[in-house]
Amino acid sequence: MIRKPVRLTLALLAVLALVALPAATKAQGSKGTLKIATQSPLSGGQAALGEGIKLGAQLAIEKFKGGLEKAGFKVDLVPFDDQAKPDVGVANAKNIIADKNILAVIGHLNSGVAIPSSEVYKEVNLAMISPANTNPTVTDRGYMNVNRVCGRDDVQGAVGSEFAHSTLKAKTAYIVHDKTTYGQGVAEFFKADAEKKGIKILGFEGTEEKSNFDPILTPVKAKGPGLIYFGGIYDQAAPFFKQASEKGIKARFLGPDGMDSSDLVKIAGKAVVGMYYTTAAGPVTVFPKAKEFSETFKKKFGKNPEPYAAEAYDATAIALKAIEAVAKSGKMPSREDVAVAIRKVKHGGITGEIEFDSKGDRKKALYFVMQVANADPQKWGDNKLVKQLTIAPPAVKK
Amino acid sequence: MDLQLLVDIFPQVVLDGIILGFMYALIALGYTMVYGVLEFINFAHSEIFIIGAFVGVELLLGLQSLGALDAVPWPLVLLLALLVGMAGSGLLAVTVERVAYRPLRSAPRLIPLISAIGVSFFLQDMIRLFESLWHNAFNLVYPTIDALNVRLELTRTIDVPVKSLVVILAALGMLGVLWVLVNRTKVGTAIRAVAEDQAAASLMGINVNRIISLTFLIGGAMGGAAGVLFGVQYGLINPYSGFIPGLKAFTAAVLGGIGNIPGAMLGGIVLGLLEAFAASYLSLLTGGAFGAEYKDIFAFSVLILILIFRPRGLLGEVVRGRA
Amino acid sequence: MIQVVLAVGLVALSAWAVASFPRSVLVFLLFQGSLLFAYVARIPTWLRVGLLGTALLVLMPLIGFFNGYYLEVATQVGIFVALALGLNIVVGLAGLLDLGYVAFFAVGAYSWAIPGSPHANLIFGGNAFPLPAWSFYAFLLIGLLVAAGTGILLGLPVLRLHGDYLAIVTLGFGEVIRVLANNLDKPINITNGPKGITPIGRPPLPFGVPYSEGFYFLVLLIVAVVIVVNRRLEDSHIGRAWEAIREDELAAQAMGVPLVRSKLLAFACGASFAGVMGVVFSAKQIFINPESFTFLESIGVLAMVILGGMGSIPGAVLGATVVTVLNLQVLKGLSLWLNELKNAGVVVFGYSLADLPTQLEPAKYERMIFGVILILMMIFRPQGIFPARRRARELAKQA
Repeated sequence: MIRKPVRLTLALLAVLALVALPAATKAQGSKGTLKIATQSPLSGGQAALGEGIKLGAQLAIEKFKGGLEKAGFKVDLVPFDDQAKPDVGVANAKNIIADKNILAVIGHLNSGVAIPSSEVYKEVNLAMISPANTNPTVTDRGYMNVNRVCGRDDVQGAVGSEFAHSTLKAKTAYIVHDKTTYGQGVAEFFKADAEKKGIKILGFEGTEEKSNFDPILTPVKAKGPGLIYFGGIYDQAAPFFKQASEKGIKARFLGPDGMDSSDLVKIAGKAVVGMYYTTAAGPVTVFPKAKEFSETFKKKFGKNPEPYAAEAYDATAIALKAIEAVAKSGKMPSREDVAVAIRKVKHGGITGEIEFDSKGDRKKALYFVMQVANADPQKWGDNKLVKQLTIAPPAVKK
Repeated sequence: MDLQLLVDIFPQVVLDGIILGFMYALIALGYTMVYGVLEFINFAHSEIFIIGAFVGVELLLGLQSLGALDAVPWPLVLLLALLVGMAGSGLLAVTVERVAYRPLRSAPRLIPLISAIGVSFFLQDMIRLFESLWHNAFNLVYPTIDALNVRLELTRTIDVPVKSLVVILAALGMLGVLWVLVNRTKVGTAIRAVAEDQAAASLMGINVNRIISLTFLIGGAMGGAAGVLFGVQYGLINPYSGFIPGLKAFTAAVLGGIGNIPGAMLGGIVLGLLEAFAASYLSLLTGGAFGAEYKDIFAFSVLILILIFRPRGLLGEVVRGRA
Repeated sequence: MIQVVLAVGLVALSAWAVASFPRSVLVFLLFQGSLLFAYVARIPTWLRVGLLGTALLVLMPLIGFFNGYYLEVATQVGIFVALALGLNIVVGLAGLLDLGYVAFFAVGAYSWAIPGSPHANLIFGGNAFPLPAWSFYAFLLIGLLVAAGTGILLGLPVLRLHGDYLAIVTLGFGEVIRVLANNLDKPINITNGPKGITPIGRPPLPFGVPYSEGFYFLVLLIVAVVIVVNRRLEDSHIGRAWEAIREDELAAQAMGVPLVRSKLLAFACGASFAGVMGVVFSAKQIFINPESFTFLESIGVLAMVILGGMGSIPGAVLGATVVTVLNLQVLKGLSLWLNELKNAGVVVFGYSLADLPTQLEPAKYERMIFGVILILMMIFRPQGIFPARRRARELAKQA
C-alpha cells in the first residue's frame, strides 16, 4: 500500500518525466543561433519603462541582424523580466550566463538590479550595455564588460544647472526628487552644481508619493521659487507639474531625461507646455535617424517610444555591430571577444555618436536641452531644441 | 526658520490633509465592511478600488470620443462615472468573493488572506493585459473637466479646487447612506446579525451567503466610487496605483477601529492630516535634515503610539469584541 | 521495497538526466521532485538521510558546476527557506501575524553591508573600513543579535495588540525600516539611501572553493542549523507555550505561560534567522539597496509559510522551495520556452506565434500566473502542502 502523498508525488514525477525528456532533447537544437538578452522589469509598477527597453532592443535586432544572417547565423532576442528586484535579476543573470549562445545583455532599468547582476556577467566576461543605469557606480567599478549608452547622473545634473544658470537666469530653485537611485542622484548633482553657480536652493525634497502632491506643493507655493527641478520619471513628474500648475505655482519647470516621453504631455497637458528637460536622445533636426526610429516604433507597436527605448535601440545596435565584427571569421564568437569588440565600436546612433571609454562610459556625451512645444502627445517630436552641450564624463576618482 | 511662513500655510495644510483623509476614508469603508462581517482583510480591495477608476475612465474616454464630454453638464457626467465605477467594482468584488473566498470560509483566517493576495496579483496584471490590448497603454489619464479644476480662493493663501469639494461631499454622502443602511434598514440588521454570529443568523432565516455577497457588493461599490474620485482628483491611474492608497486606507481602517464605519472615516482623516503635516512641515521644521519622505514613518509611528494606548483603534470599543 | 528502488532510481536517473541536459528546466525540476519523493517515500531513515545528503552535498554542487543558474536557484531557495522557517515561528507557532518580516532581513543585511564596505568610513571617518573579510563570520553572529534585538524592540510596544492590529503595526514597522534605509543618507549618511552600498566584502573560503559553491554550502549549513533549532524549539516547553498562546491566549496565561516573555522570544527567534540570512545575502549580492526589502517581499515569505502549511517545519521548507522555484525557474522557464517557440515561428492552430502582439508576451504575465496558483492552492489545499499534524487534525474535525 503506497500512501497518498507518495502516490501524488509519484504521479507528478511521472508526468514531469514524460514531458521533460523530449523537451530536453529539443533544447539542444540548432547550432548557429546567436542571442541577445534584455533584462528589465516587464511586470509590476515599472513595466512601462522596462517594456520600452525590450521593444527598443527588438526593433534594433530586426533592423541590424541582416549582416549576421548573411554570415549564416540566426539572431534571437531573449527578454527576461527582472521585476525590478535584485534577487530576481541575479538569478536571471545566472540563467543568462548558462546559455552559451547569449553574447550580450541589454539592461537593466534599475541600477540597484544592474550592479549585482553585472557582477555575475563579469564572471564570464559577458558584455552588458545599459540603456538606463545612470548611477556613477555602474561604470566606476571599471569592469571590462560593463558599458552604458545613457549619460551619468553627475553629468546630467550639471547640464541642468548650467542651463538654469546661464540661459534661464534662475535665482532660486526648489528641487524635488523621487527617492530612487536615478532621481535622487541627478537631483543631488543638480543641487551641488547650482549652489556653486550661486542659485539659491529654497528646498530639497524627496518623495515616493505617486498621486497626491498637495502637501509637498504647499510650501513650494509659499516660498515662490523661480524654478522647480524634478529628478525623476515622467509618470511621477507629470502629475506633480500638473498639480503644481493647478495650484497656481508660476515657476519654470526643468527635469532630466526621465521626462522625455510623449506621455508627459498626455498626462499633464497644458501644464508642462514650455517646460524644459535635458536629454541625450537627440531631436530629429540633429539626428535624422531618430525620426525614422520613432516612426518605425510607432508603426510597429502603436505607441510613442518610452524614455530609454532609443538608448536600448542604440545599445543593441552596438552589440550587434561588435558581434558582427568578431563573427567575420565565421566561427561562433566568444563572449570575451564580443566584450572587447564593443569597446572598439564607433556607432552613429540615434542618440548621437557613441564610442566607449576605458570604463564603459561614452567618450563624449552630447546633451540637449529641449522645450515642450505642444500639449498634443502626437506632436512630441516638435519639441524645440534650446541648447546643446557636450560634456565628457569625469575620470575615475580613486 | 520662517515662522510667518509656517503660520501662513497652516490652513492650506489642514485642508490638504482633510481632502486626502476623505479619499482614504472612502477606500477604508470597503475594508471595514468586509472585515466587520467576515473578520478577514480583503487584500484585493486595493485592486477592486482601482478597477472602479478604470471603469470610470473608460466611460469618460468613451464620452470624450463621442464628443459628449463637454456637451453634457459635468455633474451628470461625474454621477454617471461614479455609478458605472461603483457597479463595476461592486460586481467584481462579489465575483471575487464567490470564486476565491467562499470556498475558504471555514478555513483558518490566514488562508483567505493568501488567496486575496493571489487575487490582487492576478487582477493587477489582468487590468494591464486588458488595457494594453484595448488602448495599447496602461497608464491612463482622466480627461480634464474644466469646471472641476476651478479653484475657489478662500483667502489669499488658501484655495481649494472644486473637485476636492466633490470628494468631500461624496464621501460624507456615502458615509451617511452607509450608516443608515447598516443601522436603520432590515438589510442592515441582517448584515449586523451575520457579523455577530453566522450560525445563529442562518437559524433566524437569514440567507448568510446572500448577505455576505451583499456586503462585498456594498464595500466594492464604495471602493469603485473612491476609484473614480481618485482618478478625477489626481488624473493618472495605472493597474498598480491602487496598491499604496489601499495599504494606507487599510491602515486608516485599523486606526479608526476596524469593522467600525465612523471609525474608518475618522481614521482616514487622522491619517490624511498626519501625512499632510509631515510632508509640508518636517522639512521646514528640521531645516531640511528630515523631509517629506519621512511622512510614512511619521504616520506609522503615530499609528503605533495610538494603538499602544487604544489597542482596538480610536473608536474600536463600539464593535463587539470576539475574545 | 518498491519505494526503496524507486527513490534510489529516481534520484540517480534525474541526476544523470540533469548532467546530460544541463539546460532543461524540466529536467532540473525532475531532480527536485525526486528529492521530494525521497523525503516522503516509506524507506528506511538511513537511506533517506543518505539519499538527501548525497543529493544536496554532492550532486547539487556538481550540477552547479555544469549550470551555475541551478546553484543560484538552490542558494536562493536556501535563503528563503531560512526566512520562511523564521516567520513560521512567529506566525505558525506563536500565531502572531507579522506583515513586516523582511525588516529583520534588512537589518541583518545592513549590519554587515555597512562595516563590510568602504561606506562605513563616511560615518566614522578614517580609513579603518572595510573590515577584513574574515570578520564576515563574526558578523553572522552580530547580524543575528542585531536582528533579534530589533525583534524585541518591535515586540515590546505591540504586546497588547491582537490579530489584525498586530498585523498593521508590523506592516508599518516593516515600512518604517525600509523608508529609514532609503532616507538615512542625510543628515548622517548611514545607509547611502537609494543608491545603496557597494562593494560589500565577501568572506574568504577554505580550499579555494568558488564563491557560488561557497555560498551554497554556507546557506545549506545555516538552513541545517535553523532546522535543528526549529525542531528542538517545537517540542521544548517554549514551543508548547507558543502553541498555547496561538490557540488561546487567556487559557495559556491562566496555565502559567509567561505571555510577555514567550511573545518577545518568538519575535526575537524569528528575527534572528532573518538577520543571519541578511548578512549572507548582502555578501552574496555585493550590493544592497532598500529595493530588496519591500512590503511585497514580506508578503512573499508569508505566502511560503502558509502555502507549505502553517506551523510545520517541512511545510515551511517546501513552501519556500515551491514559491522560489516557481518564481525563478518554472515561470521564467515557461516564458523563455514560449519565447523560443515564437522566435522559431511555430504555428499553433494555423496561427503563427511570431505574429503574437507584444502585449501578449508571456514574460509579462508571470505574476498573474503566480496569483492564480496561489488562489488555486488555497482553494484545493487550504491546510498547506505539508500541514502540521495538529492543524491537519483540526481541519479534518471541522470538515
